[in-house]
Amino acid sequence: MSVRARLAVLAAVLVVLAGVGTAAVVHASDRAARRDDQQAGGPPIHPGQVRLATGTGAPPRRLVVRSMAWGPHRDELVVAPVGDPGAARVSSGVRCLRFHAAAGTGLCLRRVPGIVGDSYQAVVLDADLHERRRVAVGGIPTRTRVSPSGRMAAWTVFVSGDSYADGTFSTRSSILDTRTGHLDTNLETYRIVRDGRAFRAPDVNVWGVTFADDDHFFATLATGGQTYLVRGEVAARTLTTLRGNVECPSLSPDGTRLAFKKRVPGLPKDAPWRLSVLDLRTMRETPLAEGRDVDDQALWLDDRTIAYALPGDYGTDLWSAPAAGTGTPRLLATAALAGAVLG
Amino acid sequence: MYLADTRAAGRVGDAPRLARRAVPATVLVLGTVSLLTDISAEMVTAVLPLYLVTEMGLSPLGFGLLDGIYNGASAAVRLVGGHLADRGSRYKTVAVLGYGLSALCKPALLVARGLPAIAAVLAVDRTGKGLRTAPRDAMISLSAAPETRGRAFGVHRAMDTAGALLGPLAAFVVLRASVDGFDAVFTVSFCVATAGVAVLLLFVPGRAARWGTDTGPHRQAAVGTPAAESMAAESMAAPDAAAAARAAGTRAVLGLLGQAELRRLTLCALVLGAATVSDSFLYLVLRADVDLPVAWFPVLPVGSAASFLLLAVPFGHLADRVGRWWVFVGGHGLLLAAYGLLLAPHPAGVLPAGALPAVVLALHGAFYAATDGVLMAAAAGSVPQRLRSSGLALVQTGQAGSRFAGSLLFGAAWTAWGERAAVAAAAGALLAAVAAAMALRPDSPAPGSPAPGSAT
Repeated sequence: MSVRARLAVLAAVLVVLAGVGTAAVVHASDRAARRDDQQAGGPPIHPGQVRLATGTGAPPRRLVVRSMAWGPHRDELVVAPVGDPGAARVSSGVRCLRFHAAAGTGLCLRRVPGIVGDSYQAVVLDADLHERRRVAVGGIPTRTRVSPSGRMAAWTVFVSGDSYADGTFSTRSSILDTRTGHLDTNLETYRIVRDGRAFRAPDVNVWGVTFADDDHFFATLATGGQTYLVRGEVAARTLTTLRGNVECPSLSPDGTRLAFKKRVPGLPKDAPWRLSVLDLRTMRETPLAEGRDVDDQALWLDDRTIAYALPGDYGTDLWSAPAAGTGTPRLLATAALAGAVLG
Repeated sequence: MYLADTRAAGRVGDAPRLARRAVPATVLVLGTVSLLTDISAEMVTAVLPLYLVTEMGLSPLGFGLLDGIYNGASAAVRLVGGHLADRGSRYKTVAVLGYGLSALCKPALLVARGLPAIAAVLAVDRTGKGLRTAPRDAMISLSAAPETRGRAFGVHRAMDTAGALLGPLAAFVVLRASVDGFDAVFTVSFCVATAGVAVLLLFVPGRAARWGTDTGPHRQAAVGTPAAESMAAESMAAPDAAAAARAAGTRAVLGLLGQAELRRLTLCALVLGAATVSDSFLYLVLRADVDLPVAWFPVLPVGSAASFLLLAVPFGHLADRVGRWWVFVGGHGLLLAAYGLLLAPHPAGVLPAGALPAVVLALHGAFYAATDGVLMAAAAGSVPQRLRSSGLALVQTGQAGSRFAGSLLFGAAWTAWGERAAVAAAAGALLAAVAAAMALRPDSPAPGSPAPGSAT
């Protein structure tokens, strides 16, 4: 083939590829425009007033979740009734990637689109979902928890960009005292006690904080390919390992048990987790009656029931199972992620 | 008669000088292929964590773990790719296979649901990358005149890095235009990769005929010994496929290490590689040591890449002038300077904020510019053409392996002694490695220095 013929072939190929690329972008942006219409099959959503009611002692009947359903309210915080997956939802107009709330304080991890990339913020919300404080975070949000009193807030982000070419990530967990405004940006700087001895390593990662009270919390610490359950103290700035193979702990409302992700031997390396419950008094583990791989920080609906996200048609659905390891998993809400119980 | 002869001789003498100035077309074509492929690859890399976490609700922690395993596998595939390409000089065929495999992974991402499926697609993508690296570098070394090889590799690496810098920008432009259309990013990435494969197919010369013209110094140096003469004769003869396959066998590749010059070079690369702290660790030290705002974290690798991009060609050219080995070892000196800056006391207020990380990143990029392509240019001079691809793969894989071991050691030092002591240990090890490399210095003149009369 002559150079001219080859250039002609290349030009033709480039025209076709440019057409395909343009069509893909146009198709996606058309679809984005259609997202503003309510989609058939999803739960009906109506705008309305969403309040983070303080605990009244009544059994939880409602959840506040991030709605994953296509439509005008995608990614907004919505209130969904517990146990009726298709029921109508009330949307708040507040968009969060991850959210948790307790005692009238909410923490919303938010994505802020930019021209050459995205940035992320942790936003403290009051009971009316009004912004009280905003903190820039250095990566993609993954977990957040508020202490039972509503005073302390913790979050974990994935810090990417360790290397330009490969896809390795590390986590960064922070704790904010919403009363004093004090921010611990990196829990990895806490003093670490492993098996009774002071410990340090460059590959330490901490994620998945769950609060017992305003000073004490549990979290996951990883180093050398091994994960540990750690007990943390904010005032003393320490992390103490308690036990191996525990990820994303979640403390029960009565403070006696932890629901967590456990790596079960023999499962595929890329789908290794099952949910278990650890009794903190007896240190006995009970696997939940959920046979699927769960990659979520579980949420206690009450002292007997655990909710968690699983992949679904809209990204994720919320499921629930009894904490005692009995019964069968139940679909709680379609097209929903993360969230908190409204008491 | 006399006049005509002189003129003819003059023309012959001019030709190499012209060639020295112009970068060979094939190098520019391969650079374009790498530029397009890196735009495509980095588009996906830039949005993948966002896609996994926000769209699929997965955590990329396990993915990071898998990534390490795949990179190890990629090193093994590189040896296989190098070996396959040498059999019958099928550089282009193996490169097309490698680039094509990676291109096909992009539409596969559109249908991959869940981490296992995505991990499988990424594994195939890495396999493609592993396959194509050695044949591509072999083609670069074979298309450039031996005395301009350093600059040819410099041009290629600069184009490659430009693609890596443009990819994330392109990804976020598409993501904005399509309102979070990750499928649009994957589709555009596929189109860009396919354009790269089209350029490769249309403009890179195929089979043996074109690649048999290498006039590398190994052949000149080899003249005089009977074994070397037969080796040269074999490589110049029309390649009989079966004989070539036998010649490029594993034993022949390992036999390369019997050559003193290549053995020394590989040993230097191994020793220096083991004292090189991985990029991730360097950024970790920068973040831990300097009070950088979190928003700057993702920009750190961009700083290194920009410096690499700017310096790859000048350092490649310098390597051709003063000797590749010197520039390769000197590049490690630049890295040593970066370690020194990290260790030096830097009280607040003396330097403007951001000056220290900027200088460290500039040195880090300069280190890559002085070592990455330059090592390949140096190694190409010691590997006969019929084993070029396997030989380069061997050196690269050895270096990657010793760098991995170095990273493990650095991590262990950090665990045992803390961060600053670990950096000090790494600096000490690198100083010792540079000294050892000096002691191992090849006796032969700088491989790139044009010997008188080499033009003919």
